[in-house]
Amino acid sequence: MSEPRLSIDALSAISLRDGNKPILRRVSLTVGTAEVHGLVGESGAGKSTIAKAVLGIIPTQVKITGGQIEFEGRDLLRLSPNELRAVLGRDIALVPQDPSTALNPARRIDAQMTDGLRLKRGLSAKEARLRAGALLDEVQIRDPERVLNSYPHQLSGGMRQRVLIATAFGLEPKLVIADEPTTALDVTVQKQILRLIRSLQERHGTSVLFVSHDLGVVAKICDQVTVLYMGKAVEQGATVDVLTAPRHAYTKALLAANPRYDRPDTGLEPTPPEVIAALRAEIAAFDAGTRTSSDG
Amino acid sequence: MEHWTPTSSTTADVEPSVPSVVARLLRDPKVVVAGGFIVFLVVLAVAAPLIAPQDPLAQNLLTATAPPLGFADSEPGYWLGTDGLGRDVLSRVIFGTRVSLTVAFVAAGLACLIGSLLGLFAGFFGEFVDGLISRLVDIWMAFPPVLLSILLVAVLGTGLHSVIIAIVVIDWTRFCRVVRTETMGQAQMDYVVAARTIGFSRRAILFREILPNVVPVLIALLTLEMGIAVVVEAILSFVGLSVSSDTPTWGGMIAEGRQIVHEAWWVLAVPLAALFATVVAFNQLGDGLARSLDPVLRR
Repeated sequence: MSEPRLSIDALSAISLRDGNKPILRRVSLTVGTAEVHGLVGESGAGKSTIAKAVLGIIPTQVKITGGQIEFEGRDLLRLSPNELRAVLGRDIALVPQDPSTALNPARRIDAQMTDGLRLKRGLSAKEARLRAGALLDEVQIRDPERVLNSYPHQLSGGMRQRVLIATAFGLEPKLVIADEPTTALDVTVQKQILRLIRSLQERHGTSVLFVSHDLGVVAKICDQVTVLYMGKAVEQGATVDVLTAPRHAYTKALLAANPRYDRPDTGLEPTPPEVIAALRAEIAAFDAGTRTSSDG
Repeated sequence: MEHWTPTSSTTADVEPSVPSVVARLLRDPKVVVAGGFIVFLVVLAVAAPLIAPQDPLAQNLLTATAPPLGFADSEPGYWLGTDGLGRDVLSRVIFGTRVSLTVAFVAAGLACLIGSLLGLFAGFFGEFVDGLISRLVDIWMAFPPVLLSILLVAVLGTGLHSVIIAIVVIDWTRFCRVVRTETMGQAQMDYVVAARTIGFSRRAILFREILPNVVPVLIALLTLEMGIAVVVEAILSFVGLSVSSDTPTWGGMIAEGRQIVHEAWWVLAVPLAALFATVVAFNQLGDGLARSLDPVLRR
């Protein structure tokens, strides 16, 4: 594995609204240079919380209770708001989940794309505009000039996601957080967007933390993968190993739940109850362990 | 990874016709008719001395209460008749647009500026700032507006500036409430989160990201407020608390016309019609603008 660019160490968080229920249970993971790290799990597993913690946009009802997020030798959790603002957009960028709401409906694409380039890359208005055109070209948009002059509602979902990807990678960050970037898209468009992210990532040597609930998507794009369940990392490793020889029962169940066309339809397979029971027992034991250790 | 193949994402995904904001506004009959009328009023106000057929202050008791042209005993040159002092009603209505429109634009504009700024801060920063501003609005709105304006003008003294101050002081809350709610809604949107992840300052997010989304509502509200300001000025003129009586105002004319309505109905009817048409025009324009400017609705 390559030099780690982002390393999350024993990150824990609780929900203040939900009776201090743990959301993250000492999650550790590292994203190497020019590596795509997948973060998989069902909804509520804490995938997005990790992504938000890296970006410093944790909602007010969530509290980080421990651990660190080390990026280039600095703990992002301990940076002042101003220091974090300097890192965001320059070294770390986000490809958001829903392209229909992540673009400002009242501003044209060129204004939205050039903002970051001018603020974070110090380009002049003219240079930024040219760069934005080149970026749209790079994400396979055929008529960049026209798209730049459009409002978001004039573009299709796939186009908007391309614009967002171009905006994120255009800042030439070292790390891109992709928060379910294909969930809101058609399956056919999904595939194009995944290829696009992968090719941009390879060309620029960017590290990507790729959040998804879809193992199929993760299999296509990620080098490493972390499987989360109820805020705990249950399995971690190279994507090939995890997907071909899962060690944890939950990962096996997740794989089985993925519909496939190359084998007979066995009907929908929910996670088997005994797997869930085992997981819950594992987590209860883990919680008991941390409680006694923190008490002692 | 596989190689790139030309994809379906081409220019076909961009809507073929992209009408500009102006083009879209010009297609809306409400905006065209009502806006045209307001423009016509502005021209009347600016060029009143050139357009008005008579001196609006010249009295001629020999031709007092002459009816409009076309009625028996009408006086040539006095198209809409004369009032109790023999002054030309048409010329006085034309000059009256000056006060009405000044109040409409200046008072509504200032109320909009102050109210929206406070509303933006309350909606965006929330918590303490919101609590402070919202309580202030609540207290403010407990006062009956017309009484408060009469009280204010009585304290400040009569005159155009007092009328404007009174309207601003009372009506900023209208903007504040609407903008606060709108800002709170926008602040939750993903694009604001996206802007934060690029590391924008809060000021940049508020004025560059959120404000453009609030502006359509604001413009519509501003237009409606102009109509309200015209009415409030007329009320204050009616009770003699606006500009001095040697300046023609619609409210003042209505007050004078009320006393002689049985002998000369036109002295009351003409300024009333002007007032009515102006307020309707502002309201319709606001309606049309709200519809055409909304970035989400315009598809």
